[in-house]
Amino acid sequence: MAAAEGAGSTPVELLVSLGRNQSTKTLLKVIILAIIAAAAVASRLFSVIRFESIIHEFDPWFNFRATKYLVANGFYQFWDWFDDRTWHPLGRVTGGTLYPGLMVTSGAIYHLLRFLTVPVDIRNICVLLAPAFSGLTAYAAYLLTNEMTTSSSAGLLAAAFMGITPGYISRSVAGSYDNEAIAIFLLVFTFFLWIKALKLGSVLWGALCALFYGYMVASWGGYAFITCLVPLHAFVLICMGRFSLRLYVAYTTWYALGTLASMQIPFVGFLPVRTSEHMPALGIFGFLQLVAFLEYVRSAVPSRQFQTFLYVGLGGIFGVGLLGLVGLTAGGYIAPWSGRFYSLWDTGYAKIHIPIIASVSEHQPTAWPAFFFDLNMLIWLFPAGVYMCFQRLEDEHVFIIVYALFGSYFAGVMVRLMLTLTPVVCVAAAIAASQLLDTYLQYKSPEVVDNKEEESSDGTTKKSSKQSSLRSASQPVVGIYNVLSKAFIAGAMTLFLLIFVQHCTWVTSNAYSSPSVVLASRMPDGSQHIIDDYREAYQWLRQNTKEDAKIMSWWDYGYQIGGMADRPTLVDNNTWNNTHIATVGKAMSSREEVAYPIMRQHEVDYVLVVFGGLLGYSGDDINKFLWMVRIAEGIWPDEVKERDFFTPRGEYKVDADASETMKNSLMYKMSYHNYASLFPPGQAQDRVRGARLPDQSPVLNSLEEAYTSENWIIRIYKVKDLDNVGRDHAAAASFERGHKKKKAIKKRGPRVLRVE
Amino acid sequence: MAPKKPATAATTSASASSSSSGQIDKIALNIVQHYQKTTPQRTKLIDTFMAFLVIVGGLQFAYCVLAGNYPFNAFLSGFSATVGQFVLTASLRIQTTEANKSEFPSVSPERAFADYVVGSLILHFFCINFIN
Repeated sequence: MAAAEGAGSTPVELLVSLGRNQSTKTLLKVIILAIIAAAAVASRLFSVIRFESIIHEFDPWFNFRATKYLVANGFYQFWDWFDDRTWHPLGRVTGGTLYPGLMVTSGAIYHLLRFLTVPVDIRNICVLLAPAFSGLTAYAAYLLTNEMTTSSSAGLLAAAFMGITPGYISRSVAGSYDNEAIAIFLLVFTFFLWIKALKLGSVLWGALCALFYGYMVASWGGYAFITCLVPLHAFVLICMGRFSLRLYVAYTTWYALGTLASMQIPFVGFLPVRTSEHMPALGIFGFLQLVAFLEYVRSAVPSRQFQTFLYVGLGGIFGVGLLGLVGLTAGGYIAPWSGRFYSLWDTGYAKIHIPIIASVSEHQPTAWPAFFFDLNMLIWLFPAGVYMCFQRLEDEHVFIIVYALFGSYFAGVMVRLMLTLTPVVCVAAAIAASQLLDTYLQYKSPEVVDNKEEESSDGTTKKSSKQSSLRSASQPVVGIYNVLSKAFIAGAMTLFLLIFVQHCTWVTSNAYSSPSVVLASRMPDGSQHIIDDYREAYQWLRQNTKEDAKIMSWWDYGYQIGGMADRPTLVDNNTWNNTHIATVGKAMSSREEVAYPIMRQHEVDYVLVVFGGLLGYSGDDINKFLWMVRIAEGIWPDEVKERDFFTPRGEYKVDADASETMKNSLMYKMSYHNYASLFPPGQAQDRVRGARLPDQSPVLNSLEEAYTSENWIIRIYKVKDLDNVGRDHAAAASFERGHKKKKAIKKRGPRVLRVE
Repeated sequence: MAPKKPATAATTSASASSSSSGQIDKIALNIVQHYQKTTPQRTKLIDTFMAFLVIVGGLQFAYCVLAGNYPFNAFLSGFSATVGQFVLTASLRIQTTEANKSEFPSVSPERAFADYVVGSLILHFFCINFIN
């Protein structure tokens, strides 16, 4: 009917009246969402265009390898997979110690495409899975935001924000084949389903929520965030006196089904009933039963009696429950909070007690510019959006508030948890932005409807200016009736949004699109130079070593060696066995005479170190060396001491002033072996640490250099076999070099005149 | 729930002034009376099933405490089957109760039952998968 009114006028009015039509609106929304999804996918393809379709970083290489195993061997084999090519000689029960969601998802997509006779390489599916899911995440953000407001523009804005915000892109560019790739979609969608279930009080939505929660558990360790947030939301609602039977239905359905679903994953297993992280959910479950029962009783008896009943019953049950929990924890039936969790409360905890957790860079506390870097203008719209939620304060708004509080806290504690904050920031910021746009573009001028896109705001303000000039005769021109203020705000918002888009593109292109397996640098003439040392060295390993040659390296490179070189490793990024990692750390940080027996015991054939001194690549092993020392010190405090690696003045040096322990450590020797020979005498320089090195390279006796990549980033050493004639390696090596045996000279003793 | 309150209050107004020691059993008596008076036959059937589930769950728990939890999978799936079925049935009961109509405008009794069936199917699928 709106179309009929508008027909016959100017094209602009026709357009506007079209926009008011319900089906046109739906069509527009679908088109806009599709465009947002396309933008989300497209903005993540920088790395594919610049480099190639390649898996990034460290963990994705394991996921990729596991996916290949799944596709090749089938689901049941994958489920029972015992991997003897990692953690030599222990092996790893891989099938039972991973989150299979990611691999199963891409395996399913692979088989579906095969079924549709689309021949596609599994690698390409893995590379493009994260961008594809980011499109879905944008849609999930749209759905979640639509539950919060009646304004339809808020949802679309949230979808657009979610699609391109760098906080989420950081973990979902093409090639970043990690659990987070699908987990963020599942997180947002599970929250949407939870809100839906809570609003309708429906078992079906609760069951769907539980199913997606189960999928989330299968995909990412961060599921604990949902496990804690949903009970917290329920608890806050109860405390606010907002208990409703809808809450009871939604929560109990979600918990009963979701917990069972989560226990299906072998890696999670009995954890939901055994660890403290999951206890809040169980506690709220019991508490809700109690509250529901009390509600029933309250409806049955007069209020005076009810009070007595309440005090006696509730106090007793609460006390018994608390005592039971404490007793079970003390008795060892329920594990107390795990170390990773403690480090969320006390940021210094991990550094003291669990160096292996503290050594991971993404577990560090967030620096404050990171918030602006990752979220740009959303970070100042975010509090405004939360304030909007306070104004309305329905059950679902309480959820956003609780989520915002906890998300902010966790994002401040750990860099990586920025990822869980991003969805709520997008939702809240979209609520604030759409409120602003709605107020300034729509208030008292209902003819202007089409404010969904910021681009169209120019047109609409012109339109509204005509409108308000007509009305100015009857109404005083104040506040937002004013053309000027409308135009100003609309213009400013448009500008901010444009800057936001530009910032996101810039950050994505510059900060988050590097595969870190392949490095890029600029030549003096501005052309791009690709540094491909990692793949070069891994390829060398693959082609020149025995199928079962064991490679010892620091755990960061374990997954890459497994994935690219296909050789067994001692330790990898799974870090399930701290002692084993400490053993490698000890071997790296000890003298050769100590390290050699360790390597023999672990049947190490090759040792791989990463050295950035020549190129100025700062993420190398010497810079990580102190963590190796610390982790080794945690197990052998008598044999490895961090203090010994510093100069007497407490400096960490690699040049001539380095401490003796440092100079004799295997890592130092392997890094700088023969390095000085590259330079003219006296010119040897480490470009990462800016140190001038001594002319005399360290001497290696029990290892020999096997391979050094083009830019010296990767150096591989072969562990020598035992000497044929039973000498120790130092003696054998010095004999090789042509020195005389010192011992032999001593043995000869003073010369005596032969008298017969 | 609100309209029921005056009726029950009228029947028990005399007991309100009695001493607190005897109050608890009076409260219990009140609840039972209220229950018998206001609950329809169908809901009572549901309640019987819930009581049965509580007994079965209690038995399993007692077995676990007394005889050990050796097949912990089996215990967990058995116990959570009863607990899950209990809360699903409770949800069904809540949704079909006449007094709660205003809370669930979009859930008709038929819809509630269909949801119940779907929820139970999912629950038992997981239980059977988990029981080993």
